[in-house]
Amino acid sequence: MNIPYTVETRPDTGLANGKLGIWLFLASEVMLFGALFSTYIILRTGSAVWPHGADELSVPIGAVNTVLLISSSVTMVMAWASLKMNDYKKHWWFLVATFLLAGVFLVNKYFEYADHLSHGEGPWHSTYLAIYFTLTGLHAIHIIGGMVVMAYFIGPGAGLWKRNPEQFVNRIEYTGLYWHFVDLVWIFLFPVLYLM
Amino acid sequence: MHSDVEAVRKSVRTYLTIGGALLVFTVITVAANYLHLPVPAAITLALIIASIKASMVAAVFMHLNHEKQWVYGALILTVAFFIVLMSVPMFTTMDTFGRHLTGPAHGAAAGEHAGH
Repeated sequence: MNIPYTVETRPDTGLANGKLGIWLFLASEVMLFGALFSTYIILRTGSAVWPHGADELSVPIGAVNTVLLISSSVTMVMAWASLKMNDYKKHWWFLVATFLLAGVFLVNKYFEYADHLSHGEGPWHSTYLAIYFTLTGLHAIHIIGGMVVMAYFIGPGAGLWKRNPEQFVNRIEYTGLYWHFVDLVWIFLFPVLYLM
Repeated sequence: MHSDVEAVRKSVRTYLTIGGALLVFTVITVAANYLHLPVPAAITLALIIASIKASMVAAVFMHLNHEKQWVYGALILTVAFFIVLMSVPMFTTMDTFGRHLTGPAHGAAAGEHAGH
């Protein structure tokens, strides 16, 4: 039995199931990260002293990571647009590019974390580092999650393009929405943690 | 709109333009950091630039500039709850608990909010 409105849109909402589903999921993600940003505000305003981000973290690495994620958002939307224009090969390369840019972001994050941890500066070291590791750690987990989904659509999930191209395009669109949200979170994380 | 291949082809230029704009705003964000503004001004400026960048991502990349009512409805509800969530830190300082404490024995309470 086929689930209705997987591909065709509902006449009342004008949406397919997945489109409303992914937006509702992103709404929950807004509250998740919002809670942590709220925590950051409480911790910072309640502290006698709070370090300047640039004194604790590397602004150049943070800026490079911002450029990487923005670029990955561009390649992600281009992957979807290529599919809409029926160019599967271009789509595949843009999706691979998105995956690789995300990978480089995680590599940078690894070196950042390793540098702190090698000096004994883990989350236990200060309130600032505690919220830094929590926020960026949760964000990094979301990056990994996105990469897993992308890897699926680059590899084993790509067959859906031949069987049901419309459904495949929808799934890439939903993946893109998630990925742009992850980029959006970093757009706020970078200035809050690195520059303030 | 995006079911039309030609419309998507035209949107590609917009995507690339917005991508470039996002990179420019990132440079502006980092450059503003070197102005060494007072903390409240620096925070305000950084959040304004971040909000502009986020709006561009949401409107163009996430196609929110031409979405359906149900998506807008879900997001308006989310924004309302998000505003409440961000306002919670204010509620922690809006009561008068601890304000009557003064003197050397309670110096820590008096200077509690001085460091940010």
